[in-house]
Amino acid sequence: MMYRALSQRTFSAPIQKNRRGYSTLVLGEHDNSQLLPSTLSAVTAAKQLGKEVNILLAGSFKDAGAISKQAAAIAGVNRVLVANNAQYEHATPESVSPLLKKCQDKVKATHIIAPSTASGKNILPRTAALLDVSAISDVMKIQSEDTFVRPIYAGNALSTVKSNDPIKVLTIRTTAFDKCADNGGSAEIEDIDGDASEIHTKWISEDTKKSARPELTAANVVVSGGRGLKSSENFKLIEELADELNGAVGASRAAVDAGYVSNDLQVGQTGKIVAPQLYIAVGISGAIQHLAGMKDSKVIVSINKDTEAPIAQVADLILTKDLFEAVPQLTKAIKDSRGK
Amino acid sequence: MKAIVGVKRVIDYAQRIRVKADKTGVETVGVKMSMNPFDEIAVEEALRLKEKGHVKEVVAVTMGPQQNQQILLNAMAMGADRGIHVLTDAPLEPIHVAKLFKKIAETEKPDLFILGKQAIDDDSNQTGQMLAGLLNWPQATNISKVEVEGGKLKITREIDGGLQNLESSLPAVLTADLRLNEPRFATLPNIMKAKKKPTDKKTPEELGVDVNPRIQTIKVDEPPVRQAGKKVETVEELLEGLKKLGVI
Repeated sequence: MMYRALSQRTFSAPIQKNRRGYSTLVLGEHDNSQLLPSTLSAVTAAKQLGKEVNILLAGSFKDAGAISKQAAAIAGVNRVLVANNAQYEHATPESVSPLLKKCQDKVKATHIIAPSTASGKNILPRTAALLDVSAISDVMKIQSEDTFVRPIYAGNALSTVKSNDPIKVLTIRTTAFDKCADNGGSAEIEDIDGDASEIHTKWISEDTKKSARPELTAANVVVSGGRGLKSSENFKLIEELADELNGAVGASRAAVDAGYVSNDLQVGQTGKIVAPQLYIAVGISGAIQHLAGMKDSKVIVSINKDTEAPIAQVADLILTKDLFEAVPQLTKAIKDSRGK
Repeated sequence: MKAIVGVKRVIDYAQRIRVKADKTGVETVGVKMSMNPFDEIAVEEALRLKEKGHVKEVVAVTMGPQQNQQILLNAMAMGADRGIHVLTDAPLEPIHVAKLFKKIAETEKPDLFILGKQAIDDDSNQTGQMLAGLLNWPQATNISKVEVEGGKLKITREIDGGLQNLESSLPAVLTADLRLNEPRFATLPNIMKAKKKPTDKKTPEELGVDVNPRIQTIKVDEPPVRQAGKKVETVEELLEGLKKLGVI
């Protein structure tokens, strides 16, 4: 009886559209000059809640007008809050979390959403702590305004959770939410000030790879190499195939640990989560930690000479052949078929 | 400096996970449990800072049921000086753990918390960030390198595009990424010695932290199973298959 009364009390009300004072707040991701695609996925998730959508842009912008117009043009966004200040240049959690808290209060947000990227994962839990609520990481599906589906145990189980907190703080898995249209909207733009934080890590430098290839988490095609590649030089076979398919290059942890490629290419539980149309795994055995990062891809291909490799359990097409022979052949065959 | 490391007991990373038939969670009975791999890296780093003379004492803290004592012993066998066990059967969320750590910080007054970047069971990646927020300390997550220099920390973090270098004042909260180090194995004599190291037992009630769940698990499902794949013999066959599936 007791349980029934309790569950009725906490039963969620039907989602009401644009109810005043009940809104979502999306932390927009950008590179200080333009929005990143992850922001569009986060807005899609926010829109599914059926409430007013607000975007916060915190950064040190040379042209705050341009980036805020870009955010204001996203279909379905009501308001863009812009905090343009040197202290937000590198989006440190120490500066952005108190700002998010302030904006939450201002727009009476019941949901705070950020993409589940390195930056989102760094900032949002700190914000949740400042608001004294639990956070929900890596949401794959929004069932209602308080019920969410997320992967646990490296994607080997899916957990449906209901939050009883007044404010829901969520990071969303970008590959699980389509990017929304980046035009057709006409949101209000408003400047907002944060309070300068005394407590800070100081940004010194960044060593990031600039690549002409599409970004790993956003690419339609990903070609990944594993330990089977045997050397850093051999990774050019992967790159050539990726280029032929206009895809991104990924890697297994084994390939990263062996020093063949840098760790930002790592696909898996501890690296990037990808879900492209086509994922080609070359010389990758398919440890569960790797599968967690790619098993939601639409079509998976394995090229591996080991017939026992667990990757075959998730692959749609399995070519059991020496990769040093098969990959150049495939690259050439694709080139030839395009030529015809 | 005093460093506190957090250690969580989780299903061993090499175990195959089975979802319970009643969908209330995953099967843990008779399943091998170990220290969360990221926590081993955190313990190792604290020990290396001690060996370099920056840290005087390493305190390992675990939270959970009686069986967590084993994980604490592992940490002490690796070299942690003593343990604190927050004993509870309640399922703890990262916010609870962060609040319990904060209470421990009030009496222990550490200069440094080193936690793993995430636990491989709930995959949350939250506790370190929450703790830093509650303490109003700087945080550096996913670190792959840390050095102490002139009373400050020089840190390298793994970020989406590559690496980021930070400087942090102390006290601070750090979370360890995979590439920070290779954790050592506990030797048999050290395992014997660990049994003599002191462990403080506390409860969430003693620490004054409300651990009532904020999040309720409705159900736990198996992920959708993929259809069995097709074996192909030649590159031509592979290309044909890709065309048929409409991805090329």
